[in-house]
Amino acid sequence: MQRTISFTLNGKPARVTVDDERMLLWVLRYDLGLTGTKFGCGAAQCGACTVILGKEAVRSCVTPMKDVAGKQVLTIEGLRKDGRLHPIQEAFVKHHAFQCGYCTSGMILNAYALLLKKPRPKRADILRLMDDNLCRCGSHTRIVDAIQEAAGAMKVDAR
Amino acid sequence: MNPDSDLSRRGFLGLGGSGLFVLFRVEPLEAFQEPARLPSRQAGPADFNAYLRIGADGRVGCMVGKVELGQGSMTSLAQLLAEELDVALDSVDMVMGDTDLCPWDMGTFGSLSTRVFGPRLRAAGAEARAVLLEMAAERLEVPAARLQVKDGVVSDPSSPAKRVTYAQLVEGKRIERHLAKVPVKPVSAFTVVGKSPRRKDALEKVTGTAKYAADMAIPGTLHARILRPPAHGATLKDVDTSGAGKVAGVRVVKDGDLVAVLHERPDVADQALGLLKAQFDRPQPAVDDKTIFDHLLKAAPHAQVVGESGSLAEGEKLSASIVEETYLNSYVAHAPMETHSAVASFEGGKVTVWVSTQTPFPVKQQLAQALGMTPQNVRVITPYVGGGFGGKSASQQAIEAARLAKITGRPVQVVMDRAEEFFYDSFRPAAVVKIRSGTAADGKLVLWDFQVWGAGDREARPFYDIPHQRTRSAGGWMGGNPPGMHPFAVGPWRAPSVNTNTFARESHIDILANKAGRDPLEFRLSHLSDKRMRRVLEAAAKQFGWKPARTPSGRGVGVACGIYSGTYVATMAEVAVDKGAGAVQVKRVVCAQDQGVTVNPDGSRQQMEGSITMGLGYALTEEVHFKGGEVLERNFDTYRIPRFSWLPKIETILIDNPEVPASGCGEPPIINMGAVIANAIYDAVGARLLQLPMTPERIKEALKRA
Ligand code: FES
Ligand code: FES
Repeated sequence: MQRTISFTLNGKPARVTVDDERMLLWVLRYDLGLTGTKFGCGAAQCGACTVILGKEAVRSCVTPMKDVAGKQVLTIEGLRKDGRLHPIQEAFVKHHAFQCGYCTSGMILNAYALLLKKPRPKRADILRLMDDNLCRCGSHTRIVDAIQEAAGAMKVDAR
Repeated sequence: MNPDSDLSRRGFLGLGGSGLFVLFRVEPLEAFQEPARLPSRQAGPADFNAYLRIGADGRVGCMVGKVELGQGSMTSLAQLLAEELDVALDSVDMVMGDTDLCPWDMGTFGSLSTRVFGPRLRAAGAEARAVLLEMAAERLEVPAARLQVKDGVVSDPSSPAKRVTYAQLVEGKRIERHLAKVPVKPVSAFTVVGKSPRRKDALEKVTGTAKYAADMAIPGTLHARILRPPAHGATLKDVDTSGAGKVAGVRVVKDGDLVAVLHERPDVADQALGLLKAQFDRPQPAVDDKTIFDHLLKAAPHAQVVGESGSLAEGEKLSASIVEETYLNSYVAHAPMETHSAVASFEGGKVTVWVSTQTPFPVKQQLAQALGMTPQNVRVITPYVGGGFGGKSASQQAIEAARLAKITGRPVQVVMDRAEEFFYDSFRPAAVVKIRSGTAADGKLVLWDFQVWGAGDREARPFYDIPHQRTRSAGGWMGGNPPGMHPFAVGPWRAPSVNTNTFARESHIDILANKAGRDPLEFRLSHLSDKRMRRVLEAAAKQFGWKPARTPSGRGVGVACGIYSGTYVATMAEVAVDKGAGAVQVKRVVCAQDQGVTVNPDGSRQQMEGSITMGLGYALTEEVHFKGGEVLERNFDTYRIPRFSWLPKIETILIDNPEVPASGCGEPPIINMGAVIANAIYDAVGARLLQLPMTPERIKEALKRA
């Protein structure tokens, strides 16, 4: 059904008039021009399109706009605050936790939700909670290191 | 080129700053473009101006036909230029894979960026530096020998007033002077090469601002979904487009074999595609993923001898025991996270196509041909590429986007979905290897007769000391195969041929060591006089803490070694096998690599880790299932690639070898992954896996045989 949907996007109010069954991924990328969120599989199988909805990491390729109404959406473009990288982004840079970078937005946002839930994750927690985000370049080992580092940095920040 | 239009186009794309797109003017390099005008297809232009431009602001543009696929060459190539030119690494702006701005290049593959292209870029930098020094000497009226250069500033240390910057010398112009035979720096003088600076693409990639082909937002773009056949070899009989044509805003295009639906929104185009009613004629499937191996033996061309020494008859005579074995591996997909994508836009008789490709210049040529345009009017721009691994050498989507843009008069984007990506992939070929070997009574390997069908001959010849040997190869990944040998396209897959050939050789060596009751590392070393190979094996053993034992020792440890593109690599692994489930967990991998001079140590380690992780896939799960030309893989639910939960502890060792020029590091470690895991499984449970991938079913079968 075509309707106007209001939500919060990266901290700012957003309104789109769309078919409410359309998936958030396409609205972000092509209606709103936020191309940091990537298409990888279109079927919730890779995590390239991960964004934060409320406090949860969701697959925007299977998230219809009707589920977004009234909610808070955070994409990779909204993670930097006042020009400063988020500690997870800092850690990804420091560890070079990417190669081609195509999975990176999804990895960072999935890690963001992971650290909301488990601020002090063990390595095994990270492996388990990141398991559905795929990376073909094999950046996994550095992504794990980066998440651990970010967890440490955020703990310090929080104090 | 009109600089204003160039700048405005860049401005309108909203790209700038660090990375691939730079806001300085670069003239097109038409004189360097056409391969026909080059002395050889491998060589690039001799004029250093083709590779570098010094801007009036002191920034250095480095133009290379290579592309950034993730392997980090945006950074490592910048390091090479900064080193030779003596400028700050941060002042180098890379322009990559743009056919209007960069000198012609064959493509980014085969670990050649560093090995083949690197020396050319260094030579360009060294010559430019020498010319600039000469110009500075004239300007400052000081002999060149007294001058020094640092960060693009030439100065006379004995008189501080005598200084001039590259930017002042060049004033944003082309450098018209040339010098012959300027030597490059010796390794001992390196200050930028050999370091691990922050990757140039880091900031863009962690903030989502890095642009890939599908991110090119051109106003008025139509998104195309294309009607695809259900199987390779199927032909379109009839298509009813009336349903799709009724969707508001959808355009239907039928142009010969190309049937597409287009809409301003990709998801609407996708729905419209579902409304096409098409009938195809499908050939009877002749072969499937089970029968393919027998088929290959029959359908392959006549074998070529690719290496021979001694005499097989003599080897047979000397042999006290003969071991024969057959090794198989399946088709494997590249499956980059970014599917093949392209955006094409016509403007004033010129077409610009942004493509996710490893081969921008060949794609430009193909586009010109397909569109009937002169190559000068075709520009291919390669933004960041979301993984290639050999699979983005073929780029049909670029031609499809351009044809549709021409027909519709609008910019057109083609992004393959995951099923199309599997369907049109040029797989690593399925292959068969047979090895007949003989050992003398004293335990020495004296006979080696190796034949590979399907994979190709790279690194098929053994590097072990074997007096009587022959290596043959029948058909491969590089084309020229008889029609129908492979039911779909095959092509280069990270270290082409070599994964197959290494799996067979290193498994077989392990079998021989086991039969001789000897430790597999000691058995290898006793047949190795190649010093570089001995060194990587010994380095890996030291780090791993290898303790000699006969297999199967129950510990689950394995070793394998190999060569790819001039790089030597030895790998050791530890696995745990769950016999009931047939499941394998790789717990630890140690990998030692000798790649000659290392340009960027951290970048090399990153590539090694990537290769090792990716290699777990073809070793354990990755296999393309098919029925004739129908590819059954549609998405990642059936085609399982490595995941976080598989992750072993990875330890990488870089052997410092300044005597050998830099060779590639992005592919070699993957070649050992099949054999090292097979050998470790054998050591764990005494089951020998002869077929890749080593799925739970195959492991359980092998356990039954054991
Ligand atoms: S694109 Fe959404 S999970 Fe893959
Ligand atoms: S960095 Fe390329 S897919 Fe993860």
